[in-house]
Amino acid sequence: MSMVTEAQVKNAIPTDQELIDFVVREARLIDQQRFDEWLNLYADDAFYWMPLEWNQTDPRLTCSLMYEDKLLLSIRVERLKGARTFSQKPKSRCHHVLQTPQVDSRDPAANNYVTWTPMHYIETRMDEQTLYAAWATHHLSVENGRLKIKLKRVDLINCDAAFGNIQLFM
Amino acid sequence: MTRYAGNVAAIRDLVRDQEVHRDVYVSEEVFQLEMEHMFPNSWVYVGHDSQVPNPGDYFGTTIGTQPILLVRHTDGTVKVLHNRCPHKGTRITSETCGNAGKFFRCPYHAWSFRTDGSLLAIPLKKGYENTGFEQSHAASGMAPVRHVRNYRGFVFAKINDGGLDFEEFFGESLSSFDNMIDRSPVGQLKVAGGVLRYMHNCNWKMLVENQTDTCHPMVAHESSAGTVVEVWKKAPPGTKKPMAVEIIAPFMSPYEFFENMGIRIWDNGHGHTGVHHSIHSDYSAVPGYFEKMKAAYGEERAKAILGENRHNTVYFPNIMIKGPIQLLRHFKPIAANKTLVESWTFQLVDAPDMLLERTLMYNRLINAPTSIVGHDDLEMYERAQEGLHSNGNEWVNLQRLYSPDEAGQTNVAVNGTSEWPMRHQFRAWTKFMTMGM
Repeated sequence: MSMVTEAQVKNAIPTDQELIDFVVREARLIDQQRFDEWLNLYADDAFYWMPLEWNQTDPRLTCSLMYEDKLLLSIRVERLKGARTFSQKPKSRCHHVLQTPQVDSRDPAANNYVTWTPMHYIETRMDEQTLYAAWATHHLSVENGRLKIKLKRVDLINCDAAFGNIQLFM
Repeated sequence: MTRYAGNVAAIRDLVRDQEVHRDVYVSEEVFQLEMEHMFPNSWVYVGHDSQVPNPGDYFGTTIGTQPILLVRHTDGTVKVLHNRCPHKGTRITSETCGNAGKFFRCPYHAWSFRTDGSLLAIPLKKGYENTGFEQSHAASGMAPVRHVRNYRGFVFAKINDGGLDFEEFFGESLSSFDNMIDRSPVGQLKVAGGVLRYMHNCNWKMLVENQTDTCHPMVAHESSAGTVVEVWKKAPPGTKKPMAVEIIAPFMSPYEFFENMGIRIWDNGHGHTGVHHSIHSDYSAVPGYFEKMKAAYGEERAKAILGENRHNTVYFPNIMIKGPIQLLRHFKPIAANKTLVESWTFQLVDAPDMLLERTLMYNRLINAPTSIVGHDDLEMYERAQEGLHSNGNEWVNLQRLYSPDEAGQTNVAVNGTSEWPMRHQFRAWTKFMTMGM
């Protein structure tokens, strides 16, 4: 498993390629189960949002599959390491196939960059393998010379379907 | 091979005072008999009338495995109809919910039906003249479920004519619905926030039993709730406890907490955990809420309503409600080893939005297919569904705090770790399974 080190943004304003590389690298860290490094990609006030409804606009008074701040994400990461995390004995594995991320908007004045990435995500455990199709929207900003995720939104194509366990991160 | 159909003695033998035979969970034949007898003999939850506010509104669901429709009829009452065309059996609606207008129209041959199910029109009707059509099953339209009761917005239906009437079936257990509804200053709930749908590869009764199983949280949920407690310990002193920690951390409460919390037993398999306190007792107050309740009910009554902290109220056969957070879980049987769990949430009409926000956070943290607490539970159910295929022991033990004089007792409060509610559910199971068999 070769290292992919976190690259500094060369200038104050990231290039499209730097945004794209960042999104691709995030998926790779999940697939390689490098969850502590993955969590470091998130800003302290970040949210990971997986809506429950098609075209959902409100995460507060409409339910979501996930709407988690960094505290809750860190709890998930810690839980995956736990000796008594029975639903991870044996562990799940996952695999992302990304379309090239598209830079939807860049706003250097507001330090806000948005990318849109269609993807297939596969999660597997024991003899079961499940395929999910989704779009990931990343809201990124530059903090201390590094890109950070402010919001990652994952819209499943079948967000309102009945699912079994989804245990890792899309 | 049929072992149980028409064999009342064989069915009764599956349930002993302190244990049940594994066939109640794994046998497809027993499952089919539940669908044919136990569900039709029981008052089963259909939906909430706020899902069908206007005439012509419908909501499609199931009783057992049978497709049905909850409909708002033109006269303003709610009806429950079997969701099949009397002609060829085509399911009438395609969307889960919608508005039919003044009538339903089958998409196959355009037969149409009033919103009480009665036949309105058939194209080329003269083709049925002199065929005796009036005497056919089809002539009566979409068959209604005859026994329907709307209890303060919550709609229940019983498919069979036999069995108990609504009041006899539920008895004093309706007090949990009353408490959940009374928490609105205007005594009204509204379905809100969307439904979480979570597929479980296990028997539906494992989920029902788990709702009153207070000896598992600190064990099975050590991975999730235990991690929350550990991570929260590292927060800088003085940090305000987030809502999420308030919700999950109490799952790690010690055995004594659950023993003292108490369990109440009612007739017909109903009962609730949290007689004295519960994991919902210590949530932060929501600004402005008590003032509204006090203005609506007076201080004493408002305190009495909010002082109830019932944890899980199980209504036999297959729902659970949480009054303090307005949540209803519907355990929908699909096969002996497959259950769809729907978790519904309600808004307290005229109460602050923050209550719904907390309810939705609870629902996604505990009941979603992406929930770490849900992962803990489902792992246990699925392992049990597999383990029960062992022939080394064909029995499941439900003996904890058993007392020989418990059968027939009702409205009693007992130790909160008793497995009495599970034994009680299975006594009801035998009763409604064999009723009329």
